[in-house]
Amino acid sequence: MAEAKAPAYDNASWLGRTLNWVDERFPLTVLWKSQVAEYYAPKNFNFWYFFGSLALLVLVNQILTGIFLTMNYKPDANLAFASVEYIMREVPWGWLIRYMHSTGASAFFIVVYLHMFRGLMYGSYRKPRELTWIFGCFIFLCLMAEAFFGYLLPWGQMSYWGAQVIVNLFGAIPIIGEDLAIWIRGDYVIGDATLNRFFAFHVIAIPLVLLGLIVAHLIALHETGSNNPDGVEIKKLKDPKTGHPVDGIPFHPYYTVKDIFGAVIFLILFSLVVFFAPEVGGYFLEHNNFIPADSLKTPSHIAPVWYFTPFYSILRATTESMMPWLAAFVALVAVLTALSVRSRVAKLAALGIAAVLIVGFFTLDAKVWGVVLMGVSVLVFLGLPWLDKSPVRSIRYKGPIFKVMLTLFVIAFVVLGYLGIQPPTPGGTLVSQIFLFVYFAFFLLMPWYTAIDSHKPEPKRVTG
Amino acid sequence: MIKKLLLAVLCAPLALAGSPAFASEAEVRLEHAPIDVRDVASLQSGARTFVNYCLNCHSASLVRYNQLTGIGLTDDQIRDSLMFTAEKVGEPMNVAISRKEGKEWFGVAPPDLSVVARSRGADWLYTYLRGFYRDPASPSGWNNIVFPNVGMPHVLWQLQGERSLVHAEHGAETHGPVAPPAFQQVSAGTLNSAEYDTVARDLTNFLVWMGEPHQLRRKQIGYIVLGALTALAFITWLLYKEYWKDVH
Repeated sequence: MAEAKAPAYDNASWLGRTLNWVDERFPLTVLWKSQVAEYYAPKNFNFWYFFGSLALLVLVNQILTGIFLTMNYKPDANLAFASVEYIMREVPWGWLIRYMHSTGASAFFIVVYLHMFRGLMYGSYRKPRELTWIFGCFIFLCLMAEAFFGYLLPWGQMSYWGAQVIVNLFGAIPIIGEDLAIWIRGDYVIGDATLNRFFAFHVIAIPLVLLGLIVAHLIALHETGSNNPDGVEIKKLKDPKTGHPVDGIPFHPYYTVKDIFGAVIFLILFSLVVFFAPEVGGYFLEHNNFIPADSLKTPSHIAPVWYFTPFYSILRATTESMMPWLAAFVALVAVLTALSVRSRVAKLAALGIAAVLIVGFFTLDAKVWGVVLMGVSVLVFLGLPWLDKSPVRSIRYKGPIFKVMLTLFVIAFVVLGYLGIQPPTPGGTLVSQIFLFVYFAFFLLMPWYTAIDSHKPEPKRVTG
Repeated sequence: MIKKLLLAVLCAPLALAGSPAFASEAEVRLEHAPIDVRDVASLQSGARTFVNYCLNCHSASLVRYNQLTGIGLTDDQIRDSLMFTAEKVGEPMNVAISRKEGKEWFGVAPPDLSVVARSRGADWLYTYLRGFYRDPASPSGWNNIVFPNVGMPHVLWQLQGERSLVHAEHGAETHGPVAPPAFQQVSAGTLNSAEYDTVARDLTNFLVWMGEPHQLRRKQIGYIVLGALTALAFITWLLYKEYWKDVH
């Protein structure tokens, strides 16, 4: 890459000489130009396009504050709770670092959920950006793991019992479940061994994977270029003279200055929480978590932190009485699939898998299916690039059925999230069961409702 | 089943309007604690009550005595009038009784109170401190309206005097928290009702301060940070607009 190329900078100045020296050994200028200064992004990014850079900002916040927290935190069942309070009271600015970290955890999920919603609206998952989307889904999975492991560390009652409930889920798996749960905990109950390994996962194992995935997410994004609210490819129309997309603008300085402004607005909202309401009424920092973990005292109501509750609701909603409905839903999807695919093998496979599942619904414990559905509710996002059959990408040109389904999905997500925080009631369970179907219908019926849906023609160029 | 579904959809708003995250025990409507963590006199009075009455059984082991300089006391004042069991002003607020002894005496070890205000909330503490009444059925002779069958006897009884519960029936049909029941004064304490409420308020205030000693500073710094960020938002907005002038 570096051979026989004229130096990019003027050798007269010391800065130019230095940059030339580096460029001969490392593609600094090449990278800067290709990834930032001459990376052309669509000029019509709107409000929803702030959340990618904001996620990066929160990640940096979590890593920096996390490093300082580990300097005083003690991953020991006897010391952990007090060490967190030591940080809050005795460590200079410790309270600020801790609140930035705890608020950052919730903020991470807020910006990531909005970032994902942007993808749903504008079809950012569609060809050729499938891998960007898939890396993103794995980032989301890692983020959930990271948050789960981190939540045990303050060693409060909610840390303890939340972890107990989630690890016990693995116990529902037939045959190997109990042993698996013990293997995860390193003990028969959540204990010091669990705290130590969760600490290791939280501070090094998961962050390493997370960083790798984020790099992959960005590399894939920069390979295809960004989507935009119109869902049209800006690369299709290039200026013949410059070779740059007509509707593209260099990421730097245009989107760097725009994202900096967005970051400052985000930081204002973030600071309102950190400085004035760090508990957010018990949603960001749960009240019960200010009681040290006690393995002998089960809290009357155990709720995960808000960002897990939509999935937790799906787990809780899967009861014995749900099984006939679940079987009917699976049968419907299987029949639709069998009618739509051409290959005979695929037809038989769809019906066969459905038959096995339906038999399973009525033989295995409903709790097992709750765990399965919770897992599927997260993993199903991976399938989106192949589920969406609409000829257009963006919601701007999609038909009414998609708009209704997306709206219903958002309502289902919010209602499931709300109900997951609440203690279970018969009414609440029924409502969450209905919205569970709405949630899955959005994904699993998508191939058919997007195929029959109407659409408007996409414009040739972005509309601003 | 269709009917059931329909019913569920119609009832959804009702189910959603359910009670907030804290649903436990016999729910008595909590009284609003009229506290102010900026009120140094009230905090100091609360600290006095705390070390005199609470700190015999309840520790606050995450708090050092000299952190009370945060409520306007000097090290000498703390040493002379608030330290009874500790040697040095830098020691944490520990107690002499062990968890085992506590458990033997009260049925449950008295919890550490360092962050009790953050798990219980100010209103709960205030209602609790004012919610003791005589109950011959309880082992300690005392009971509490927000914490039924509490292990702790009414430690402040000499101040408040003895009271009994007038009507204990809980509305079986009512939903949500019930109104606090009425009390009858059985014997007078050294304080009248208003004075006792002040003691309860000051103690609650102190516990809230102790739950997060830096909370005032946190807010003060918050205003500065918000001011700086607002200015920065203005500048970066102008920068953004300036750069984007040529994008059409």
